[in-house]
Amino acid sequence: MNYCSGCHSAQFVRFNRIGQDLGITDAELKANLMFATEKSFDTIKASMPSADARKWFGNAPPDLSLIARARGTDYLYNFLLGFYADASRPTGVNNTMLPGTAMPHVLADLQGVQVAVFAPKNKDAKEGEDAGGEFQRFNLPNPGTLSPEKYQEFVRDTVNFLDYMGEPVQVKRRDLGVWVLLFLLVFTGFAFLLKREYFRDIH
Amino acid sequence: MGNQNYGTTPAPGLWGWINARFPLEKMLKEHVTEYYAPKNINVWYLFGGLALFVLVLQLVTGIFLTMSYKPAATEAFASVEYIMRDVEWGWLLRYLHSTGASAFFIVVYLHMFRGLMYGSYRSPRELIWIFGMLIYLALMAEAFMGYLLPWGNMSYWGAQVIVSLFGTIPVIGDSLAEWIKGDYFISDITLNRFFALHVVAIPLLLVFLVVAHILALHEVGSGNPDGTEIKKYKDANGVPLDGMKFHPYCTVEDVLAVGVFLLIFCGVVFFAPTMGGIFLEAPNFEVANPMQTPPEIAPVWYFTPFYAMLRAVPSAFGTQIWGVIVMFAAIVVLFFLPWLDRSPVKSIRYKGWFPRVALMLLAISFVVRHLPGAGAHLHAHLFPLLPRDAVVVALGQVQAGAGKGDHQCSLSSAPRRSSSRSRSPCRRSPLPRARATCRMPTTTSATFRRCSAARGTS
Repeated sequence: MNYCSGCHSAQFVRFNRIGQDLGITDAELKANLMFATEKSFDTIKASMPSADARKWFGNAPPDLSLIARARGTDYLYNFLLGFYADASRPTGVNNTMLPGTAMPHVLADLQGVQVAVFAPKNKDAKEGEDAGGEFQRFNLPNPGTLSPEKYQEFVRDTVNFLDYMGEPVQVKRRDLGVWVLLFLLVFTGFAFLLKREYFRDIH
Repeated sequence: MGNQNYGTTPAPGLWGWINARFPLEKMLKEHVTEYYAPKNINVWYLFGGLALFVLVLQLVTGIFLTMSYKPAATEAFASVEYIMRDVEWGWLLRYLHSTGASAFFIVVYLHMFRGLMYGSYRSPRELIWIFGMLIYLALMAEAFMGYLLPWGNMSYWGAQVIVSLFGTIPVIGDSLAEWIKGDYFISDITLNRFFALHVVAIPLLLVFLVVAHILALHEVGSGNPDGTEIKKYKDANGVPLDGMKFHPYCTVEDVLAVGVFLLIFCGVVFFAPTMGGIFLEAPNFEVANPMQTPPEIAPVWYFTPFYAMLRAVPSAFGTQIWGVIVMFAAIVVLFFLPWLDRSPVKSIRYKGWFPRVALMLLAISFVVRHLPGAGAHLHAHLFPLLPRDAVVVALGQVQAGAGKGDHQCSLSSAPRRSSSRSRSPCRRSPLPRARATCRMPTTTSATFRRCSAARGTS
C-alpha cells in the first residue's frame, strides 16, 4: 500500500473489504492502510492525478484491481524482480519483462539496483537470423536494505496481495467448493441407488 | 370433449376443475408419465436432458445477473466487477453463468455426436435434427452476444472481428456491418442492442425452438442405439413392448446424470472458473480499449474452429468472403445430413468399418480443432482443407455403400427373424439391454446374430 497506492489505483477494491477479509477493525485499517481517505467503504484511489501521470510518465499507471487476473502472478513476480539499470531510459531503469516500461524502480531502496548481463550479440548474423544477445543473469553491485531472499519474499507477498485483490472471494470460493462437492457426492450416490432400484423393473 | 378421455364425470377437486378447462393431465401423460422411451437407450441419451438443465441454469442465473449488470460502455465492466465483489453471491452467479456457457456447448456437442453415431437425424426424425441445428445456431448467436457484455478487451475485439465478417459480403457488406453495430465501430450502442438480443430476443427464440424440438421428438418417439422403432410393437393396451415410461425411469436416470454433471461442473465453478484462461480469457480482465488490441485475438474455445477456417482460407479476387463461406458451409452441411446419409441402417452399430473410421476422424479433428492455439497453428499448417466438413459429407455418402452388406443379410434372414420374434427367444436373455432389440424385424442381421448368441447362452 505504501509503495503502490501513490501512483496506482485499485478502483474496484474497498478498504473495508480488505479489513473484513483480514479480520481487522476500521480503526486499524485507518491507522495502517488508509492514507488518502477517511471512509472505509471507499475504493483505493491513487494519490497522483492520472492527467499529471500521463504528462510525467507518458502513460497513466494501470489500475491494479485486476492486474493479477489480466497478466498472471508469474508475470507480476518477475516484473517486480526484473528491474535493471539502463542509462538510456528516462527513469534510469529498464525491465526484462516489459522492455521500455515507464515505471520507475520504486522498490530500489529495498532491492538495490541490479545490472543485467546479456549474452554477446552475434554481429555477423544476417537479417532474420537470431542475433543472440538474450538475457542471462542479474548482478547486484549495489544491494538495498533487504537481502535478495528477503526481497523475493517481499515481492511474493505483494504479488499474492495483488492476486487477492483480483478476486477477493477466491479463498471462500474454494472453501465452499469442498462442501458443495461433498454434498453432490452424497446426492449422486443416492441418485445412483434410486436409479438402480427403479431399473430392477426394466429387463 | 376434453373430458371424454378421462371418464364421463370430471375428477373431483381442483385437479378435475383444472383439467376440465386446461389439458394439464393430458399433457403430463403425453409428455411425461406415459411417454415411452426405448429400454435400450444408453448413456449417450442423457445429454439432451442435461442440455435442458443447462438452459434453465443459464436462464435463472442470467435473470439474476441482469438485476445488477449495466449495459453501458462506461459502466458495463465496472458493473461486472461490482457483481463479483459487492453483490451477495454475485461471484457465484457470474461463474455459474460463464461456466454454463462452455458447459452448454460441451453438452450440446455430445448430444449432436450421439445423433451422428446412432443416426438420430434419419427419417422420421429429420425435423428434430433441423430444430436441433437451429438451436445450435441460436446458441452460437447467444454466446457471441453474451461475450460482448462484460466489455473486456477480448469481448470488444472478438466482437469487432466477428461483426467484420459481415463486411466481407459483396456490395452490401459494409452497410450491413454498420447496421449490425449501429455505429461505425463497436460502441455503447452495439453493447446495448447486444444486451437486448442476449437477454430477450434469442432466449425467447431458444425456448421456442427447444419446445419444437421436444414436441417433434415426442411425436415420432425417441430413437435408440439399434435404430429400431419401439412404436411398431405394442401390447394390447397400446404400450410399446420395448418402451419404458419416461417417468419415473428416464427422470431418475436424468437426476443421476445431473448429479454427475454437477460434480464436474461445480469442480470447475469453484476450483477453476477461468479454466486456465480458456473459459474466461485473461485479456478480458482489462476493460475494452478501442485503441489497443489484446496481444493475440483468440475467440473463446467454442469458436476456435470457425476462426481457424477464416484464417486458413486465403483471400481471392480481392475479397475475404471465401473463408466466411467455408465457415458457414461447415454448419449448413449439417442441416442436410438426413438426406446425405443414404445407408439402409441408422446406427453405427450396423454400419461397416468406413463410417466408423470416418466418425472417429471427425471426432478427433473436432476435438483437436477446439484445443487452445489450434486455431492459429495446427489448422493452417496441417489441415489446409477442411476435414471436418469433408468427413461429414463422406460419412453420409459412403454409408450407403458400406451398409450394403448388412442390408442384404437382413433381407435374406427376414423370414427367420419374424418367426423367432413370435417365439420371443430372447425373453430369457442374459443381456437385458440387447434384448429389447431382438424382437424387432427392422434391425439388421447383426442384431439377429446377437439374438442367436444370446439364445445359445440362455
